Order: sequence, then structure tokens, then C-alpha cells
Amino acid sequence: MLGSSALSAAAVLRGRRRRRFLERSTPYWLIVPTVVAIGVVLGYPLYWLIKLSTERYGLFELIQHHGQSVGLHNYASVLHDSVFWHTLLRTVIFTVANVGLTMGLGLAIALLLLRLSAWVRVLLTSGLVLVWSMPVVVAAQVFFWMTNYENGVLNYVLSQAGLTGEQHDWYASTFSQLSMVTLLIVWGALPFVVITLYAGLAQVPHDLLEAASVDGARAWRAFRDITLPILRPILLILTSLSIIWDFGVFTQPFLLIGQAKTQPGNFLMSTYLFEEGYFRTDFGRGAAISILMLLIVAILSVFYVRKMVRIGEEVA
Amino acid sequence: MKQAAWNALGLIVFAVMIFPVFWMISTAFKPDDQVIALKPTWISLRPTLSHFTAALHKPYFWTDVKNSAIIVCVAVAISIVLALLAAVAVARYRWTGRKAFIALIIGIQMLPQAGLIIPLYVALARYHLTNTLTGVIITYITFVLPFSVWTLRGFLLGIPKELEESAMVDGSTRLGVFVKILLPLMGPGLVATSVFAFITSWNEYIFARVLLNDQGKQTATIWLSYFLGTSRHTDWGALMAASTLTAIPVVVFFLLVQRRIAFGLTAGAVKG
Repeated sequence: MLGSSALSAAAVLRGRRRRRFLERSTPYWLIVPTVVAIGVVLGYPLYWLIKLSTERYGLFELIQHHGQSVGLHNYASVLHDSVFWHTLLRTVIFTVANVGLTMGLGLAIALLLLRLSAWVRVLLTSGLVLVWSMPVVVAAQVFFWMTNYENGVLNYVLSQAGLTGEQHDWYASTFSQLSMVTLLIVWGALPFVVITLYAGLAQVPHDLLEAASVDGARAWRAFRDITLPILRPILLILTSLSIIWDFGVFTQPFLLIGQAKTQPGNFLMSTYLFEEGYFRTDFGRGAAISILMLLIVAILSVFYVRKMVRIGEEVA
Repeated sequence: MKQAAWNALGLIVFAVMIFPVFWMISTAFKPDDQVIALKPTWISLRPTLSHFTAALHKPYFWTDVKNSAIIVCVAVAISIVLALLAAVAVARYRWTGRKAFIALIIGIQMLPQAGLIIPLYVALARYHLTNTLTGVIITYITFVLPFSVWTLRGFLLGIPKELEESAMVDGSTRLGVFVKILLPLMGPGLVATSVFAFITSWNEYIFARVLLNDQGKQTATIWLSYFLGTSRHTDWGALMAASTLTAIPVVVFFLLVQRRIAFGLTAGAVKG
């Protein structure tokens, strides 16, 4: 009688311990499939990337599945190449210009939304969502059509206003080519930025702004002392996301400038990598460029990733 | 008076932003002489569907749409199943290594795709997976999976834990709670996440461009990007019709889920 109850108590205890072990290990079982999948689709290729960057690996080696070790030669070759440094500098300037325009115009339009009558606001936000939904490849084709020199509508409008000739070639100079790319990128990025900022502006307490205007505080002071501090976290996150995206942008420059016209003079990091690594089938050197580029982006991402990890602390 | 000025400014911004979309549709319906003319016709009074027929009869359109559908459906289906499990772990449990896992999920999404083409291409070539749909599916999982984990986590946080706890008290197992309570409540979140993942993969350009060489194996996005060809005289009308056709499904899906998904990237900073 006594023995059997002790036995069942032990069984209960064992059961409870098993349940606690299950409970503790559950999250690990849940992430195993994802971790394995990431390891296969990303970890394994990244291992290859590092290996490739120390090898001579061209078309011949690709077919042989075997590269020739060359130590750090690829890195030396890239770092001694003025094209790399020019491309890096160009990409930094390009990123600053694009992010600056996106954030500046985005903030301006978000603030404008506050001043609009309801019907104009609904119209503008719907238009922005429609623009947001446009696939990048589609947008690139449309911009190419609008800006072609023969019969593009941009030339028509500008020549009517007396600003350019009737057949101005927007793809004649590097600066002009990259400006067209900027136009396309900023146009495509604005909806996300504007709508997110506008949602953030909804958090600015109305009575506080009204009190400020009663106080006679000038509009820009109310903006600086009340609106801006509240928007700050959103502005920071949007800016860092835009920097990361614009630094690595590929599809817009590649399609709008066109592969035929892509050359060292208008390279951005991604198009440089595509041309020098993949297209010329110099995979070893391409791998070295990839690693350098990924490292730069990793540094740029630290702020955003840390912010998001902190947000991810929350458990329901 | 002042209000009218602000509204006018708002309408100008609207007109500028919407113009490319308007111009795409407007061109797609214009007869050729109006497309080519130096002086543009804003809206044609003689609309035609001939550009759409021309676009649809371009070789490989339907084949490539089918390829896109296969790639996207498989990549999204695999990712969503795996992501749902991981999202539960992140949103419902505290465990050692959780922070590192979240950093991994977020960090991967920041990697520029161009930086990954060479390792993916070479690694897939080793297993003869370049120029196959399977190869592209594998590369799409690299961005769909982390995105889905993070987005589903957000939806899970929106479901009150009390529901599960009361069911646990009633004697249900964890698995029982998951299947009977969490899964049905996750329905809308799963649909929204899948649709958004569907859109991103459908629009993906560089991986498909690098991995698929046969015209019969490409995706709809690549099909559109090659539409111009090399000919001197571009058929702008057909190009715009093809662009419209490619955009329609994406736009429709996007409008359905935009509200639910849009704020995932800035989660926490904005109360959407």
C-alpha cells in the first residue's frame, strides 16, 4: 500500500521532470527547422564565399568544381584597383543623395498630409499606396519609356517649359544616368517613408501643438521642440533602412542604365560586383568584392539590427 | 484661402507621384501613331487592345508566368511552415540564444542580394542546380524565410496569451493548444504574410537573372526585363501593355495586405 503510493509518487515526479524538460527544450525544437534551412541555403554558400575569395576560380574551375588556392591575392587585386575605390566613393555619394532626398521629401509630404482637407489626403495616400505596390522591374520599364530621348514624355514637358532641347539624351553622361536612377529610386521609396512617418505623426498630441500655437510659438519651433523629438525614433529607423537599401541597390541602376551602358564610370557596388564577378566569370575576385561589400553593409546594419533586437525582447 | 493653397500643393504631389502609373496605362491603350508621336496624347480617344494581344503572344509569356507561380508557391509554402514554428519560439518563450536568433533573422534581411549571387551561383553549380527552378527556390528561401519569421512573430504577439493559458488549465497539451487555439487565430496573419512573401518573390530580379538562362525557364519578371530586346525600334505600346499585365496581380495582392504588413519593418517604433 505504502510502496505503491511511493512508486506512483516517483512516477509523477518523473513525469513532471519529463514535462519540464519538454517545456524547456520546446523553443529549440521549434527553431531547428529554420536554423537548418538557413544553414543550407545561406550558411553553406557563405562558407563557399570565403573559400572562393582565396582561390582562382573562373569558368574552367567552375566546371572542374575545383579552384586554385591563391591566398589573399584576390583581396590585394581588388584593394589595389582604383575602380573599386572609385565605385565605393560613388556609391557612398549616391547613397547620401538618395537617402537625403527620400527622407527630406518624405518628411515634407508627411507634414503636408496633416494640412490637407480629408478628401485630398485620402486621394494622396491612395495614390502613394498604388505607387508603393508597383514592381521595381515594371517601374524601371516605365521610367525608361518616359525618359527616352526620341519621344519620351519628360523631354516633351521640359522642352515645352523651355528647359531642355526636344531630344535631350538623359543617358549620355554618367551623372545624368545616375540622376535618372535616383529619380526612380526616390519615387519608389517615398510611399513607404511618407506613410510610415504619417502614422508616426498621429502620435504627436494635438493639444500640445495647439497649446504651443496659443503660446505664440512659431511653427518651426513647435516642429523642432514637439514633433521632431516624437518622430526621432521612426526617422532613425527609416534612415538606416534607406541607407542599407540604397547602398546595395541593383535592379534600378542595372535596368535603367542597361547592361550595355553599364561601365566602370557608372558602377555602383552591386553593378560593379555583377559585372566584374559574375558576368566576367571571375568568381574568386568577385567573392573578395562580395565579402568587402557584405562587411560594409554589416557595419551599416548594426544600428538597425540592435534596435530591432531590442524590440524583439517582447514576449507575450 | 490658405487651405486651398495646401490642397493645391497636395494635388500637385499626387499628380507627380501617380503620373508614371497613369502613363503606363495610358500608353498601353494608345494606337501606335499616338505612342510614337512627339507631341504626346494624354488620354487616347481611340483606345486599342492590340498591344495587350501583342504582349500576350510574345513567346514564353505563359511559360514564364507558370515558372514564377511554381517557384513562388513552393518557396513561400516551405518558408511559412518553418517560419511559423520559429515564430512561436520567439514570440512565446524565453530561452538562451533567443537574442542571437533574432539578430540572425533581422541581419539576414539586410544583406544586399548582389553580395550573395556569387556564392549562391557557385554552390548551386556544384549540385547542377543552376538553370533549374529548384535552384531558384532555394535562393528565394534566403529572404522569404527570415521575413516570414519576423512578420509572423508580430502577429503572434497580437494574440492574447490568456486564451492559451486557460486552455492549458483545462488540461489541453501544448500541441493541442497550438492546433486548436493558436492556429485558427493565426489565419489572417498567415494569409497576409504569405501574400506579402508571394509579392516579394514574384518581383525578385537578380537571383532569377543570374540563375536562369533558358528562355523557357525564366520568371515573369525576367521576361518583362528582356522585353525590350535589342531592336532599334522599341514597341513601347506592347512594353507598357506587358508592364501593366505584370503589375496587375501584384498591385491587387498588395492592396489587400498593405495595412497588415506595412509596419513590420518599423515594428515598435510606430503603432500602426
